[in-house]
Amino acid sequence: MKQLSMRSKNSLTGLLFISPWILGFLLFTAYPLFYSFYLSFQKVRITTEGIQTTFVKFDNFKDAFTVDALFTQKLLTFVQELVLSVPIIIVFSLIIAILLNQPIRFRNFFRMIFFLPVIIASGPVINELISQGVTSIPSIKDYAIFETMLSADSLFSSVLLYLMDNLIIILWFSGVQFLIFLAALQKIDTQVYEAAKIDGASNWECFWKVTLPSIFPMIVVNTVYTIVTFSIFSLNPVIEHIQTNMFQINTGFGYASALSWIYFLLIAVALGISVALLTVRGRKNYA
Amino acid sequence: MASESLTNRKPKGTGIVTRLKKLAFGMKGNDGLLYKLFIYGLLIGIGFVYLFPLLYMISYSLKSLDDILNPLVNWIPTQLYLDNYQSAYAVLKFLPTLLESLYVTAIPAIVQTAVCAVVGYGFARFAFPFKRTMFVLVLATFIIPPQVTVIPRYVFFNEIGILGSIQAFLFPALLGQGINSAIFILIFYQFFKMMPKALEEAAQLDGAGYLRIFLTLALPMAAPAIIISFLFSFVWYWNETYLAAIYFGNSLTTLPLELQKFVATYQQMYPQSGGEASEINEGINMAGTVMTILPMLVVYAITQRWFVEGVDRSGIAGE
Repeated sequence: MKQLSMRSKNSLTGLLFISPWILGFLLFTAYPLFYSFYLSFQKVRITTEGIQTTFVKFDNFKDAFTVDALFTQKLLTFVQELVLSVPIIIVFSLIIAILLNQPIRFRNFFRMIFFLPVIIASGPVINELISQGVTSIPSIKDYAIFETMLSADSLFSSVLLYLMDNLIIILWFSGVQFLIFLAALQKIDTQVYEAAKIDGASNWECFWKVTLPSIFPMIVVNTVYTIVTFSIFSLNPVIEHIQTNMFQINTGFGYASALSWIYFLLIAVALGISVALLTVRGRKNYA
Repeated sequence: MASESLTNRKPKGTGIVTRLKKLAFGMKGNDGLLYKLFIYGLLIGIGFVYLFPLLYMISYSLKSLDDILNPLVNWIPTQLYLDNYQSAYAVLKFLPTLLESLYVTAIPAIVQTAVCAVVGYGFARFAFPFKRTMFVLVLATFIIPPQVTVIPRYVFFNEIGILGSIQAFLFPALLGQGINSAIFILIFYQFFKMMPKALEEAAQLDGAGYLRIFLTLALPMAAPAIIISFLFSFVWYWNETYLAAIYFGNSLTTLPLELQKFVATYQQMYPQSGGEASEINEGINMAGTVMTILPMLVVYAITQRWFVEGVDRSGIAGE
């Protein structure tokens, strides 16, 4: 009897500790989710008495893809940028982490530099930098080989152009990810490497057979983190579009809600696909 | 590795060539001079690319109009020109804006840290029904884009009349739904998980209640987590302009928000009636940007150790 009361007391205290979160989740996440889902099927008008809604079925969603030419275009741009940027961010932060995991001097200094963008990269600052054209790698476009590649009007050249124009920003997104990789690398037991070396493994083989499998869970974590931060960054074209529609008279909250739900689903699908791809591949290789 | 097998084959290899090879390629494949050169070269190169926009900003912010137009002046301005900063200082209304930014950034950050510590403790040290489900929900809140919840929150805040005030940031933070709260709950969860159970039991035998254990035992042990959470939430609140613009409207402002409308404010302050002095140029723009990031750079310079070690120790990478 005593035991039981101790346990229920314990669980009650636990619930008390997390009660702010439960309340907040209901009030600021669950309710808004349902409400915005509800709004996405409505035409919302703001009147002096408050908000008036009329049910319009799937019109908002239909409009998003048929009437609003900008939205689909921006969505496509976003998907393209996501597909291009996320692998670059992951691979790049991994490379930096591996480089810094060597016994080198000034490691702290380099860590400081590579984390710096996380501190200063807000939308308006990035915007200012993009408009000054300093987000591309300096003078890379002057090389003749790029000029010929860019003059061809194809998907490849537009991809290349996007990368060259935004490479620094893409790299700037890798601050947190690189630290996570670095922390994971430092947790790998050095004896594993020594054993592999004795068995005659080269550095290259060590990387694929020891390093990659042991930090594999972090690749998944970082991919999720990258996709999320990339999608909620305020300079993202889709987000700007949602924001402008929010306060427009002929579209309003209902339409903007529908847009944000489409966007949310897209992100969820992107997350699902990438995690599934990673884990399926991971199982095959490392299990 | 090639050099290793080479030296193995010739055990008496003391010839100058072998020694040079040893020096260049090293003994173990990653301690040779060439390898070191390669690594450092790569790091310095990437580091430069990383810092390029910053260097560019600083360089341009110190250029007078003559220097900007002069194609011969590339990186180093001919004179130390501070007028850009003077204009930017006036356009940003720097000091009042800075104080306001600190106000709308630091207070939510403190609140968020405190609440996430409490919630993280609850998840780490107690067993209660649906704990796993709730923890999954905590993590799920991380992937919900703010765009989905912003409209209902906006309507809700409008009804209770807290739009345009700091409460619009404070209330969600107070209930564990602030910017990236999920990450901070996770960090505290990891930290409190590591606390030895025996310590808690000893305190309980001495008659300490749960709250007392949390305040006097657990919290002091989680000092690193507190520092990390505060710093990260400070930075994330500072850089958040999407929500800030929607919630605060015109009644509150931050440096990034002022930067967003920098050109418009400038043109309002110095109408283009005549004279080149009233023309906005890249130098002034860049000075404004430098001033916007300056407070964060100062904070980072002082606290970078915690930022960097924070991710190490927070255990995000531990699971």
